[in-house]
Amino acid sequence: MNAVIKLSDIHKTYRTGEVDVHAVRGVTLDIAPGEFVAIMGSSGSGKSTLMNMIGCLDRPTGGSYFLDGLDVSTLDRDQRAKIRNDKIGFVFQGFNLLSRTTALENVEMPMLYNSQRISPGEQKIRSTRSLELVGLADRANHKPNQLSGGQQQRVAIARALVNQPSLLLADEPTGNLDSQTSIEIMGVFQKLNDAGITIVMVTHELDVARYTKRMIILRDGKILTDEIVPARLNAEAELKKLRLAQEAVKLA
Amino acid sequence: MKFFAPFRLAGRALRRNKMRSLLTMLGVIIGVGSVIASVSITTGASKQVEDKVASLGQNIVTVFSGSFSSGGSRSGWGNAPTLTVDDAIAIKNEVANVVAVSPEVRDRMQILANGLNWNTAIQGESPDYPQIRDWDIADGAMFTDADVRSIAKVAVIGKTVVDQLFINEDPVGQTLIVRNIPFKIVGVLESKGFNLFGQDQDDVVIIPYTSHMRRIAKRTFVSSIMVQAASKDSITQVQEDINTLMRDRHKSAEPDFTVRTQLELMAMATSTTRIMSVLLAAIASVSLIVGGIGIMNIMLVSVTERTREIGIRMAVGARGRDILIQFLIEAVTLSAAGGIMGIALGMTAAKITSQITGWPTLTPFTWIGIACISSAAIGIVSGFYPAWKASRLDPIEALRYE
Ligand SMILES: Nc1ncnc2c1ncn2[C@@H]1O[C@H](COP(=O)(O)OP(=O)(O)O)[C@@H](O)[C@H]1O
Ligand SMILES: [Mg+2]
Repeated sequence: MNAVIKLSDIHKTYRTGEVDVHAVRGVTLDIAPGEFVAIMGSSGSGKSTLMNMIGCLDRPTGGSYFLDGLDVSTLDRDQRAKIRNDKIGFVFQGFNLLSRTTALENVEMPMLYNSQRISPGEQKIRSTRSLELVGLADRANHKPNQLSGGQQQRVAIARALVNQPSLLLADEPTGNLDSQTSIEIMGVFQKLNDAGITIVMVTHELDVARYTKRMIILRDGKILTDEIVPARLNAEAELKKLRLAQEAVKLA
Repeated sequence: MKFFAPFRLAGRALRRNKMRSLLTMLGVIIGVGSVIASVSITTGASKQVEDKVASLGQNIVTVFSGSFSSGGSRSGWGNAPTLTVDDAIAIKNEVANVVAVSPEVRDRMQILANGLNWNTAIQGESPDYPQIRDWDIADGAMFTDADVRSIAKVAVIGKTVVDQLFINEDPVGQTLIVRNIPFKIVGVLESKGFNLFGQDQDDVVIIPYTSHMRRIAKRTFVSSIMVQAASKDSITQVQEDINTLMRDRHKSAEPDFTVRTQLELMAMATSTTRIMSVLLAAIASVSLIVGGIGIMNIMLVSVTERTREIGIRMAVGARGRDILIQFLIEAVTLSAAGGIMGIALGMTAAKITSQITGWPTLTPFTWIGIACISSAAIGIVSGFYPAWKASRLDPIEALRYE
């Protein structure tokens, strides 16, 4: 099977005045369709830099990158924007929703930039479907400040899904969330992954990484380890356990 | 991005900050408002002046005795004994495109009729006079060439004279007395109102120029010669030909006559209002520029405030061009809305001014168009730099912006 992501000896060097910062130094990596990958590593190890390149927000300074068989390391700004719109969904640590804009409108936003025209009615149908997928259809007309952190992140996931990307990228999606909400978000990811979406997620929490299928550890811009997650957790089961434990505390 | 989407986005963004949007627009509103108000007032004024000049008659060229240039002395203008009836006849016979000529003799005199008396203008004219002045006879008829030849004692009178001397009576056929000479009234002119200089044009008694010269003024020269050109296009040619002809006839070193056209009079009369409108337009355009700077300022603030929004949009696939268009349309929406409100404000101000002062005002459609186009242009010009700045942002930096 062809890899969705094929990185060969990827480098990224930031030139900041005097010193060069080698944020990523030689990453070679294949990710196949349907994988669910966690990229881990300490702060400053180059996780975000690598994710930005995978997400076509940034360009590597060395090496080659094929996304869905297309060499994207040489594309210009506008071409990368189109790739982001067509093939990639982003979820950020800080949710990055537009404030004072309803959940539905936030989810609709990527469709504004599609190369094919989508009628407003169709946009609404698609965004509603996307919100249903993350279990938030009943909050379509709420604004971000009327939603909890977990709900805001679900809106962000719905927005990432609305253009039906082949790849979902998430940079520390649970970084701002408590542990139970984190498990809920991982549940959403597992469900989406089961439905066939490839997910690459950056995290520094081992607890969160254990819900994925494959774990890559970066150190100083290089891959340290790359292995299958041994005892993969199931978010639904974990949530059930957690609820039972909470009931027990209350009963006691 | 689709055609309507940026307008929806712009509307949403501007509604979000209603007070700020309104304050930003204020510069353009006041600028456009003052342009429209001042243009309406000056256009109304010059329209009025033009109407007055037009009421002088159709395609008129006038020959005055005396000259503006003769030794700087203008006192002889219209009174110098230089123009004769023969000059008038020569003009009629020798100058091309002349359709009517009237030698004029003017005086103010006391007249009597019906046991009443009245001081009025006594004008000696030819039968062509009503045609030249585009002035209809309301009652009776104009005197004829035969009357001119026979030095007849006939008169055509204006509406004011009728009102003063013939209350509730038909004046036609009655007699009025000028310098003890009885003149038979053969016609009454339509009312023409006040002229450019505020004089009552209906306060007049018109008699054949021969009668005026022989019987009343007892002189051999005329005050001026009124000439009607065949069309507007031939006015200048007629003026030049009269100049040549008259110079030929009056072989003096300095020309002792002056030829003026209605076009020149129009230009003189409207020059003040034109200067006024240029001045007002200059002031107004300064306020428009200030309005544009206000928009640019707010758009720069807005781009900075919304850096993260720009990053998000770029991350989900907005190209630089999409961001540029979004902010440009926001700026244009601001200034165009300001422009429309300014037009409404300006027209209202003109209407109120007109009601208070009684001046006629008129808002020309071209200026409404100019106001619309220039306010949109101000939006584009002042919005371009902030929008371009926004479009050049790096998505990663923008996303990280706090
Ligand atoms: N725009 C930048 N300019 C200069 N150095 C940068 C830039 N972005 C990241 N870096 C540096 O690159 C290294 C990796 O950063 P990053 O990828 O954000 O790490 P992580 O996400 O793993 O914490 C860090 O040393 C960081 O300081
Ligand atoms: Mg990071």
